[in-house]
Amino acid sequence: MVRYIIRRILFLIPTLLLVSFFVFAIINAAPGDPAQLALGEGATAEAVEAKRIELGLDKPFLVQYLTWLKDIVFHFDFGNSYRSNISVSYQITQYFPNTLKLAGLSVLLGVLIGVPIGIIAAVKQYSVFDNIVMSFAMLGMSVPAFVLALSMILLFSIHLQWLPSSGFSTFSQMIMPVVALGMQPCAICARMTRSSMLEVIRLDYIRTVRAKGQKEFKVIVNHALKNAVLPILTTIGLQFGALIGGAFVTETIFLIPGFGRLLVTAVTNRDYPLVMGGVLCVAMVVALTNLVIDIAYAFVDPRVKAAFKSSSSSFLAHMKMKKSLKNMEQSNAR
Amino acid sequence: MQGRGNSKFQETWTRLKKNKVAFASLFILLILFLIAVFADLIAPYSYSEQNLTNILQKPSSEHWFGTDQYGRDIFSRVIYGSRISLSVGFVAVGVALLAGGILGAIAGFYGGRVDNVIMRCMDILLSIPSVLLALAIVAAFGTSIINLMIATGISTVPSYARLIRAEILSIKDQEYIEAARAVGTNDFIIITKHIIPNCLAPILVQATFGVATAILTVAGLSFVGLGLQPPIPEWGSMLSDVRAYIRGYAYMMVPPAVAIAITVFCLNSLGDGLRDALDPKLRN
Repeated sequence: MVRYIIRRILFLIPTLLLVSFFVFAIINAAPGDPAQLALGEGATAEAVEAKRIELGLDKPFLVQYLTWLKDIVFHFDFGNSYRSNISVSYQITQYFPNTLKLAGLSVLLGVLIGVPIGIIAAVKQYSVFDNIVMSFAMLGMSVPAFVLALSMILLFSIHLQWLPSSGFSTFSQMIMPVVALGMQPCAICARMTRSSMLEVIRLDYIRTVRAKGQKEFKVIVNHALKNAVLPILTTIGLQFGALIGGAFVTETIFLIPGFGRLLVTAVTNRDYPLVMGGVLCVAMVVALTNLVIDIAYAFVDPRVKAAFKSSSSSFLAHMKMKKSLKNMEQSNAR
Repeated sequence: MQGRGNSKFQETWTRLKKNKVAFASLFILLILFLIAVFADLIAPYSYSEQNLTNILQKPSSEHWFGTDQYGRDIFSRVIYGSRISLSVGFVAVGVALLAGGILGAIAGFYGGRVDNVIMRCMDILLSIPSVLLALAIVAAFGTSIINLMIATGISTVPSYARLIRAEILSIKDQEYIEAARAVGTNDFIIITKHIIPNCLAPILVQATFGVATAILTVAGLSFVGLGLQPPIPEWGSMLSDVRAYIRGYAYMMVPPAVAIAITVFCLNSLGDGLRDALDPKLRN
């Protein structure tokens, strides 16, 4: 188990290196001179040239990349923002917690509501409950978070005046953003849980457990859910990553000082160090989430655990299995 | 899937017709498509013409959905918006399918080192959430409609590459492929004529969902001001405009919101229906 975890962590390094290269390459392919952007329109040619040297833009692309990477790896330094000249890593540490909290709470809400609903819908397939709830899930997937957010502001902040329409520090401020952002993961979790449970419920061993006279509740929770949980876990992981990346819309509406809004401002200002640092940070969080989910697999599923007790070939087998699960998840949950 | 061997297509079609929700969705999508094509004929006003003597009007017989803060007719803007959203959605998926299809097909068909390199790159792209990747591309290259289509498309390339690779892996060792190879057919023909038609079903399903996701992505980007710029009547940016007028003029919100919701809902349920129709064993 420990070996598996270590191997999985080592696996992160090449992935993140390649992500960093990719992000750096995209941003550097952008037209326009970063030095000019940093100084603004009115700068003289000499000042721009001096800035180019200061930012290291006169050096070859690869040297620039390696310098940037070295600072990140050894000093957690992503450079300074072009606009405010504040260090990017400081800004990230200031803004990231809010986004993590928002995305985390939203996924939690989605799981707490979506998974039980999905289970009940699967157990009572084609019942009135199933039809109604799954129609709502489809609606939840189709209505953008910002539409829900605006409607809630209209109803709860303007008409009823129950909830504040901005901020993210008190409980009442958190309700609307979390509900708005949590609706989509909730819908996706419900659909995924339902289809995963439906697949398991038809299997022979469930019939055996029932024949044995086990209580229906235990059949579902102890026996069926245990085997249906892997794709659900993958969904939760993917949703968390997607929300971290997608929280910017919700943050913009509710004026939450979060990372997504920081990034949007950075993109509007063409503040490239901030954009690169931000995207790389999110990729890191997503990679870590995947790691946690992978380890959770091993704890939840004895088959996966057994595969890791031994050799590296089974590691590859696991990666393959994970990929096929992810594919399944993609085609099912959507 | 041509000529007399049409039975699978017909079978799918029959099953799809039985699924009322999916069939209704298909019908609504066709109408939306026609609205987009004939927007010039349907819309009573221009989408960009300002009429400052007539701003923020409530819905009336003259302006069905009212007018916005510049006196533009909201009904006309929603009509033209369908053109933007649908074309962005379909072109983005087209880009993703083309790039993902080629990469996935090469990876799956040739295997070995090529496969490894391509799929590693796809894994990397996949570790950046797709909205964020689109954001980064827009940040670098600016927010024109073409860039937005490409950015939204590229950010979903990996999932198509994966899907197509997996499909090809399951097909390429079957006997009829071996037979084609035995008579000396070249790889290109084998891939395009024999393999791709046989893995169309799951691709079609994913593409349908993909159009829905692309529309939502672009609406989200436009909503925060990183998508299409005014006066282009994009539904997301129309909703963004409403924010300043939500006290008192909330009626402005309804048309674009309903338009997005209906379009995406229909695409999603059509995707669901297609999946069930193409894979009947899932329904029993």
